[in-house]
Amino acid sequence: MEAWTAEAVILDRRAHGESSAIVDFFTREHGRYGGLVRGGNARRLKPALQPGNMVQASWRARLSEHLGTATIDPGRAYAAEVLTDQVLLAGLSAMCALLKIMPERQAYPRLFDTVVVLLEALENREVWLPLFVRFELALLEEVGFGLDLTSCAATGTREDLTHVSPRSGRAVSRQAAAPYAERMFVLPAFLLSADASPEGDDVLHGLSLTGHFLERRVYRVDTSGLPAARGRFVEILRAKGVPA
Amino acid sequence: MAGDEIEELVKYLARLPGLGPRSARRAVLTLMRRREALLDPLTAALTAARDSIKTCHICGNIDTQDPCAICADPRRDGSVICVVEDVGDLWALERAKALKGRYHVLGGTLSALDGIGPEELNLAGLHARCKAEGVREVILATNATVEGQTTAHYISDMLAPLSLTITRLAHGVPVGGELDYLDDGTLIAAMRSRRET
Repeated sequence: MEAWTAEAVILDRRAHGESSAIVDFFTREHGRYGGLVRGGNARRLKPALQPGNMVQASWRARLSEHLGTATIDPGRAYAAEVLTDQVLLAGLSAMCALLKIMPERQAYPRLFDTVVVLLEALENREVWLPLFVRFELALLEEVGFGLDLTSCAATGTREDLTHVSPRSGRAVSRQAAAPYAERMFVLPAFLLSADASPEGDDVLHGLSLTGHFLERRVYRVDTSGLPAARGRFVEILRAKGVPA
Repeated sequence: MAGDEIEELVKYLARLPGLGPRSARRAVLTLMRRREALLDPLTAALTAARDSIKTCHICGNIDTQDPCAICADPRRDGSVICVVEDVGDLWALERAKALKGRYHVLGGTLSALDGIGPEELNLAGLHARCKAEGVREVILATNATVEGQTTAHYISDMLAPLSLTITRLAHGVPVGGELDYLDDGTLIAAMRSRRET
């Protein structure tokens, strides 16, 4: 018998029969897991199983390769906190959709910690948006395609890094990038220093950067393309503007 | 255990919501025993419903006439349209007599995970109605779920250029609800939607 109990972020819920649901969740110790939740499509549990909510999940199965069943103890209802905020609701959906690319049953504790920080910051949109870009960078790193933003790919300098090469994913200094600047991604300063706050279109530049590498290095493998929820999130940010 | 026809009937009844194989078998037994009082009228009612059910081309409601009884009723306030996800939601609001206006059934919600985009929903019809019918207010009565509210925000953006009043249902404490028994999400939503008395 396989069994564990852990804190989990709900990523997705699909109705299974009349009252049950198959729920996809992300845990610190066990990674992304699915399980049949009896009563998961019923009135009592449905609110707790909204994407983005934190719950206590107890999973068990006779054999580890089985889908397994999970019982859910409701935790913090992050989804309810952002239902009326279009930008954050779209961002939360995008976060859950992106996490569904993670391989099942492999632990990514650092990524889980990043997700928790992101969820905790939901009350502050100005903080949340740059954190979302950092979350995407962390996701790239966890799946083995991290960007190298520490030094210039051309000159090796660690100063005045302003762009990122779309091919190598490495930072490029202002001087070295000058002849090719139009073909390179802008590297927002807030990605280089935790103290720097995003200005102007920095968040959108950051999302363009991470979106390119997520699509090229992660999502192109299964030809599905970036999740539609992420596309919608970026579209909303472009239309409504990003608070600086 | 029983003839093929009876097993077939059990099989189909068991597919209905609220019925499993055991309860379907009990229902079939009752129908067999009360053939004249139940089975014959039920057969006639099912056949009549099958032949007359139509989807309203204006709002997407299901009725035996097109336009549906609500769209055809001149006493209804045509300047208010209430947008719901499914016909079941429309019936719930009608049961409560909560609205004197008209409805628009989307046929679902936007769901990136299930691949349901704006094209799959009855949104073009809503836009056309709001432009053409002298609509003043659109009430977004989608469910208080991530997908329901994402759809509501999308519709809000879509209708913004038409300068209508766009409202949404309140989220919060149900009538007769006790705070102690409410889930955290409802309490948070209720607290955020509080208003001055």
